[in-house]
Amino acid sequence: MMAAARVPAGNLVSFGLAALVVAIVPWVLPPYISFELAYAGAYAIAILGLIILTGINGQISLGHGAFMAVGGYTVAIAITRAGWPPEAAMLLAAVLCALFGGVVGVVALRLSGAYLALATFALAVSVAPILKRFKDLTGGAQGLTFPAAHAPGPLAGVLDSERWLYYESWLIVGVLFAASWFALQGRLGRALRALRDNEIAAVSFGINPFVYKSLAFAWSAAYAGIAGALIASATAYVSPDTYALNLSITLLIGAVLGGLGSMWGAIIGGIVVEFLPLWAQTINTAASSLIYGISLILVMIAMPGGIAGAVRRVALIITRPQSEGQLERS
Amino acid sequence: MQAFSKQEEFHIQELAQQVVSGLATGSIFASMALALVIIYRSMGVINFAQGELAMFTTFIAWQLTQQGLPLWAAFGATIVISFAGAVALERTVIRPIERAPQLTVVIVTLGLLITFNGLAGWIWGYEIKAFPSPFPSAPFRIGGVSFSSQDLGVIGVSLAALLLIYLFFARTKLGLAMRAAALYPAESRVLGVPHGWMLALGWGLAAVMGTLSGLMVAPIVYLDPNMMQSIVVYAFAAAVLGGIDSPLGAVVGGLVLGVALNLMGTYVDFIGTDLRLPVAFAIIVGVLVLRPSGMFGHRQMTRV
Amino acid sequence: MFKHRPILLAVLVPIVALGIVAGSLGRAAADAPGVTPTEILLGGTHPYSGPASAYGVIGKGIAAYFAYVNDRGGVNGRKITYKDMDDGYNPAQTVQLVKGMVEQDHVFAFFNTLGTPPNLAIRQYLNDQKIPQLFISTGATTWGADYAKYPWTLGFNLDYQAEAIIFGKDIVAHQPNAKIAILYQNDDFGQDYVTGLQKGLGAKASQIVKMASYEVTDPDVRSQMATLQGSGADTVVIAATPKFAVGAMVALSQLSWKGTTYLSNVSASQTMMHAATAAGGGEATTDGIISDAYTLDPTNVSLANTPGMKLYRDILAKYGPGLDPNNGFVLYGMAAAYTMVDALQKAGKDLTRDKLMDAALHLNEKNPFLWPGVELTTSPADHFTIREEQLERYDKGLWVPVGSVIDARK
Repeated sequence: MMAAARVPAGNLVSFGLAALVVAIVPWVLPPYISFELAYAGAYAIAILGLIILTGINGQISLGHGAFMAVGGYTVAIAITRAGWPPEAAMLLAAVLCALFGGVVGVVALRLSGAYLALATFALAVSVAPILKRFKDLTGGAQGLTFPAAHAPGPLAGVLDSERWLYYESWLIVGVLFAASWFALQGRLGRALRALRDNEIAAVSFGINPFVYKSLAFAWSAAYAGIAGALIASATAYVSPDTYALNLSITLLIGAVLGGLGSMWGAIIGGIVVEFLPLWAQTINTAASSLIYGISLILVMIAMPGGIAGAVRRVALIITRPQSEGQLERS
Repeated sequence: MQAFSKQEEFHIQELAQQVVSGLATGSIFASMALALVIIYRSMGVINFAQGELAMFTTFIAWQLTQQGLPLWAAFGATIVISFAGAVALERTVIRPIERAPQLTVVIVTLGLLITFNGLAGWIWGYEIKAFPSPFPSAPFRIGGVSFSSQDLGVIGVSLAALLLIYLFFARTKLGLAMRAAALYPAESRVLGVPHGWMLALGWGLAAVMGTLSGLMVAPIVYLDPNMMQSIVVYAFAAAVLGGIDSPLGAVVGGLVLGVALNLMGTYVDFIGTDLRLPVAFAIIVGVLVLRPSGMFGHRQMTRV
Repeated sequence: MFKHRPILLAVLVPIVALGIVAGSLGRAAADAPGVTPTEILLGGTHPYSGPASAYGVIGKGIAAYFAYVNDRGGVNGRKITYKDMDDGYNPAQTVQLVKGMVEQDHVFAFFNTLGTPPNLAIRQYLNDQKIPQLFISTGATTWGADYAKYPWTLGFNLDYQAEAIIFGKDIVAHQPNAKIAILYQNDDFGQDYVTGLQKGLGAKASQIVKMASYEVTDPDVRSQMATLQGSGADTVVIAATPKFAVGAMVALSQLSWKGTTYLSNVSASQTMMHAATAAGGGEATTDGIISDAYTLDPTNVSLANTPGMKLYRDILAKYGPGLDPNNGFVLYGMAAAYTMVDALQKAGKDLTRDKLMDAALHLNEKNPFLWPGVELTTSPADHFTIREEQLERYDKGLWVPVGSVIDARK
């Protein structure tokens, strides 16, 4: 019988603390920052998916922006063309992306490294032309506008749309984090990691690469789809320019910068990819990409394991006396 | 006696022109793809900044011509600057992370991409600039079909450069040392081959190939900081299609891709020009599914 | 990892908090949001990075003009501060930046936000908040056409359909039996152009024999031009941005194509025409090409002595020394800035958003940076800000006006 996932007390406390911080932020900071944090949360979800796929299962993807596009456009089309409510649309987005991701995973089964990178890259570069070709459905280059998301019924008086988006986003972050954490505890997590570390050995242990590798793709694609749906809801507009090649690259940067070895890397990554460019602009609007690029390089050189990796190394050093002999793998 | 009707002659002419201009664009893809392969063979990583480095050095060449330097002198100086600059870049930015996980290095190359793009925009602005071509603009006639001298010149220069690179790696001691350092790092260290400097040399050579690509493409696509981005997209595809560790694959992949894109856009109506890119990539992925290491790539053997 | 989560949190939370709070330095609002006795705060977004970064320089042209105006006392005693941010042409980014500028900086109005998708993304929000979205930098027809739903939004550019309609009518008038082909950029600009051309041709729209599009991510358009040549067309319309337009002209020349070419005005600056002539190997490349203009072209020597050009160069010399005076986008920025100042002036000393909107909808100005004879008028029933243009033909290295200024919407 699979060991029941036991949650150490320390974890619950930290999770509770985190939840508290998340809950009070919108009442302490101005609404537009809640709005930006809603975006950060969405990115964190997509990056979490990427960490599961790349960090835990070892499959690189340069195309997760495409899944975000599918998620965002599903929501937009469901709302504008079919009159669906936003929450149902988001669920549909997750399902469609999971299916799409699964298909991609099957196609990419025998590919790895640079070859897999290119195959996923193909997705990212195909988004805009395909969206523009089917313009009756997608609105073409001009995109689709739809009503901004707002708090449902009774909450509408209490929460303005920015705060509602923030809570929606971070609630989903919390739920997906917890779900992923539990799911990765047992056999699933071990199988994914085993396939990453040594596929041949894993297969000889009876782990079916077909099932697990495509599952990893489907899983991470679903997360990216939810992220895309959240961003679309927040923006109230989708267009091919929202899902340019840039986006897939940004997600990868967020995952590695945050730290592939830890789910927390996703939260750090989400916050960094959202706020670093904004911060760079406050220094000098015209030179903002220069500043952004240099910051990236410096951070990666200083922290090759990502920020979460560096923090963990520091924490290891500080707590070394207690943790001796109890090395845990993430 | 007329072998072909006017109509047929016209179509053959059109086909020949599309093929030649496809080969020209393809040889630009090929040079950039070769640059990617050189670094991949040294470090196991795709250098995403290759295109922006090429663009940046092309701007330097442009600046030199603006200062009055004759064209070929500017080109020569730029090649040297590009080589030296890439070596310096490797020693300062890449060296600290030589042993780091590959994805870390990838992110650093992406950081370099963003930095050099921003730097070029900062220094030279974003308006497109005309770039002088070393080839005459008058068309070249062969058998009644007119080809652009630019196209033929580009094909010629690329092939010459590719041949030189091949000879370097296959026939010189230094080239041998570089290959050894990439394939057998531990053993070659023991034999006294300085691994770090071999990497730096790899970066230098790749940069030179990239610069060549930039210098040849700038007259056609006009110089601006975003000029190389579409080229790199196709070069990446070509390099992987050919087999990411195969120089021959990079060349063949590039030429095939250049010609195929042209022919597809012209002759296959339902694809049209807007879906060329997705269709081309879909076909390449299809090839990869059948041959997971590309056309000429080495199958990855893992020891359990 | 689990043991260290508290430490992770302890490190994370302050970093996150600092990072976020670092941006939150607000301003006090006074008479109206963004208006103090001495200052007017305007907001804007332009792409300073990413594939559309060529347009970023427009913001700098605007800044130079505002500096000039501020030096002469500003508008009704107030200096203009223009907060221009980089959205990278990503509409999701535009929305964030605009919300920040509304809620944190309390800008008075938005001016010259660039791009159709970015402006579409913020249009509903700004109209809901009743914040003026003025003189936006795009030629999409929807700004003028949909003004009833979005009364706070006002365009500036001659819209793309109007320009193409004029070309269509010109073809009908001078070459009624033309076989027409069009190269267009596959986005709202190019697609609006196609629609406009078809409208302008009317019944003769069936004479369009080939349409070829390109993406801004394509390396070149040679393949498309070969296709257009192969269609047997004798009239080609090039709806392309400079890099691709020059490539198209050169390609036609190399294919030895003979016919009439119409060129969208965004690519018709003298610099681009010279580049095309040089790369195409001679005057034949560009002779006879027809285009239109509604702003001055800094590289057009015949305009060098107009008062607008002199003013432009004087302003740049003092307030924009690092800018390239030959860049038409810089001049366009100044033209738009002139109109903004005009509207602010007419809104009066007692400045509110309503009054600004009212002033903007009652303009009748002689903008020195527009082509001589082109007038700029707005009214509550007509949100097409610039409607007039001058047709011109390229003749041996110079643009020569053809006929008189036309009102595109008549």
